[in-house]
Amino acid sequence: MFVKKSFSGGVEVPHFKNTENIQTEKIGVPDEVIIPMQQHSGAPCKPTVKEGEPVKVGQVIGISESFISAPIHSSVSGTVADISSMIFPDGRYVATVVIKADGKQDIHEDVKPPICTNKEEFIEAVKNSGLVGLGGAGFPAHVKLNPPKDKNIDTLIINAAECEPFITSDYREIMENSADIMDGIDAVTKFIGVSNVIIGIEDNKPEAISLLKKLAAGKKGIDVKALRTRYPQGAEKMLIYALTGRKVPPGKLPMDVGVIVMNITSVGFVGRYLKDGMPLIKKRVTVDGSAVNRPSNVEALIGTKLSDVFDFCGGFKTEPFKIIMGGPMMGIAQYTLDAPVMKYTNALLAFDKTFGNVPPETACIRCGRCYRACPVNLMPLHINRAALVEDMDALHKYHTMDCIECGCCAYSCPARIPLVQSIRLGKTLIKKAQAKAKKDESQKDVKS
Amino acid sequence: MLQEILIPVAILGGLGLFFGLCLSYASKKFGVKVDERIGKVRDVLPGANCGACGFTGCDGYAEAVVSGNADINKCTVGGRDVMVSIGEILGKDTSTSSVECKVGRVMCGADNGKTRTKYDYSGIKDCTAATALYGGPTACMYGCIGMGDCAKACPFGAIVVERGVARVLAAKCKGCGKCVEVCPRNIIKIVPKEKQYTVRCNNPQRGNFVMKVCKVGCIGCRKCSKVCEAGAITNDGFVARINPELCTNCGKCMEVCPNHVINKYPVCSDEGPAAVNE
Repeated sequence: MFVKKSFSGGVEVPHFKNTENIQTEKIGVPDEVIIPMQQHSGAPCKPTVKEGEPVKVGQVIGISESFISAPIHSSVSGTVADISSMIFPDGRYVATVVIKADGKQDIHEDVKPPICTNKEEFIEAVKNSGLVGLGGAGFPAHVKLNPPKDKNIDTLIINAAECEPFITSDYREIMENSADIMDGIDAVTKFIGVSNVIIGIEDNKPEAISLLKKLAAGKKGIDVKALRTRYPQGAEKMLIYALTGRKVPPGKLPMDVGVIVMNITSVGFVGRYLKDGMPLIKKRVTVDGSAVNRPSNVEALIGTKLSDVFDFCGGFKTEPFKIIMGGPMMGIAQYTLDAPVMKYTNALLAFDKTFGNVPPETACIRCGRCYRACPVNLMPLHINRAALVEDMDALHKYHTMDCIECGCCAYSCPARIPLVQSIRLGKTLIKKAQAKAKKDESQKDVKS
Repeated sequence: MLQEILIPVAILGGLGLFFGLCLSYASKKFGVKVDERIGKVRDVLPGANCGACGFTGCDGYAEAVVSGNADINKCTVGGRDVMVSIGEILGKDTSTSSVECKVGRVMCGADNGKTRTKYDYSGIKDCTAATALYGGPTACMYGCIGMGDCAKACPFGAIVVERGVARVLAAKCKGCGKCVEVCPRNIIKIVPKEKQYTVRCNNPQRGNFVMKVCKVGCIGCRKCSKVCEAGAITNDGFVARINPELCTNCGKCMEVCPNHVINKYPVCSDEGPAAVNE
C-alpha cells in the first residue's frame, strides 16, 4: 500500500482554503504606512531616517549591527511623519517609522539588480534585500543560507506545505509566480552548492503539485513530493522528518542534520530580487474569515494598516469578534486595526462570535488526546499543571522548552484548556529562573 | 551444643565492639564541630523560609546570626519575640534594639472601571501569562492586572485581589518580598509599617498619557513634592515617589493631591487605605 509521507502525531484540521482560486489583487498605496523596526527574529533595527526626511521606495530606513537581523526598507515614497513606538505581541515596545505617502512611488536610486558571481556576493545580496522567512517565523534568510563551515549541507527543502487552515498565499505564489520560484531555486542551489532539492507540498493542492512537477521535470535534482494533509506538516522539524527521515534533535537547527528549509514564497522572492533588485516591501496576504465581506488574496505594501486591508476587502459583514494575524492555529489575536502588515504576515482572519468564540474551559478529564496530538511527543497536560503551580523540576522533566507551540494539544482538548498558553508560561518561568540564576552567579563573583 | 551458640555470639559481639570503636574514633577524629546554638536559633525562628532577612531561608539566617554576620533583629516574621529569644541564646542585650516591621504596598489604585482595558482577555488567570500578550489587558502598562500572582506567591495569605487590584492585608503581611519578585509589573514596594502614606501609581509617563488610560493615575504635577517639608517626595519621570526614610507621616501630600493618588494606610490593620479614591 502506498503511504504518503508524514510524521507522527498532529491533528486533522478542516482546510477552509476558500481563497485558493482567487487571483491576487494589489492594494493601492495607502495614505500612511507604519513600519516597525523589527520584522524578523533577532535584534531590532535602529531607524536611519529622521522626522520630516523625504524617503523613496526601497530606501533603507532601519539597520542593525547585529548578525541575526535584517534591514528594513521603505515601502512608499513620501516623508517621515513620525518616529514612535508600538507594542509587540510579546509586550515589548519597538520603534516604528510612520511615513506619509505622496502616492508617486518614486524608486530609490540604490534599487538595482544585484551582481552575484559567488556565494559571498549572493549572501550579501540576500541580506540587503531584507528577506526573512516568509512562512511566519521571520528568521533572517541570509543567516539561514550561510551555515558555519563545519556543517555539511546536502539538501534544500522548499516548504510549500501550507498546513494551516484558510491560508492560501503560498498556493497563489506557486500558481502565479512559478517561474520566479524556479529561478530562485536555481540561484540558491548554484551559490550555496546544494544539489538535492525537495519541494514538500500537502496533497490538498493537486494543481500546484502537477504544475511544480511539470516545471521540475526538465531540471536535475529537483524532487516534488506530496505530503499527507495533516497539521502541522509545514513545521520545520516535521517537514524534515517526513521528507528525509532525519530527526532534528531538540534545541538544534535543521543545519545540524544537513538541511536548509526555505519557504516557497521566500524562494520566489529571491528569484524576483535577482532580476529587479526591489527589496522586500510587499507581501501577499490571505484575508478571510467569517466576518469578512469579500475573502481574497491581496498584495499589500509592508506597513499598510490592517484597517486599510480589511476596507479593501469590503469591510466586515458583521462585527468581528476576533481578528487574527497569521493562521487560526498559531496566529496571534490583534486588539487594534492600527497594527501594520509585516514582512512575515501571511494571513489576516476576522471571525464573528459564532466562529471565533472558544467555549469556557472545563476540568481536565485525562483522556490523553493532547499526548497523541503532540507532534514532538510531549505531555502537555503535565506541563500545564507544572506551569500553573510553578513546579520548576517538573517543567524541566517534561521538556517544556522543546514545545513548538503548534497548538495541536489545545485544538484536540475536549475540555478546551488553553494548553499552549500555559506551556508558554512554563517557558517564561524557565527563562526567568535561568536569568535569575545567572544574576546570582555574577553577584557571587563580585562578592568573592 | 552451647559452644555452637557461644562462638557466633562471641564473633558477632567482637565485630560489633571493633566497629563501634572504629566509629567512635572516626567521629572524634573527623567530626565537624557544629555550634549547637545554630540549632537552637533555628528552632526559635518561625520556619517560613521567606527570605525577608536577606538570607537563604531560616537555616541560612541562623548560621549567619550565630557566626556574627547578621544582626539579631532581621527576622520580620517573628518580630520582637523571636529577637528576644535569639538574644537570650546568644547572650546579647536586646533592650535597645527593635525589629523594623515592614509591609508591602501596591502602587496602583485603579480598581474596577478606573482604568481602560485594551482587550478582553480569555485564557489562564495568571499575570505573567497575561503580560505575554501585548503587555497585558490593561491599557496602563504600569498598573495592576489583578490576576493574583502575588496572592499565589504570598506564604502568609496576606494578599487578596479585590475589584481587580491586589491589596495587602497589613496585619498578616510580614514584608518578606516574595510578591515583589513575582509581580510582572513590579508595582509592589516594601516599606516600614509605620510610614502611612503611599503613592498608588507607578506610571512614569506624562500626565496626558496617564489620563488617557486611567482616572486615578499620578500626573506628575509636583504639588506634593512642593508641599513636603521633609523633602521626602521626588519625581521619577512623571510619578511621585515618597522616600520612606525621610517621610514624617505629616499627611500634607495627601491633602494637595488633585487626583487622590496619595493614600493613607492605617498602621497594622487589615483595612485598606483610609481615604478611598472616589
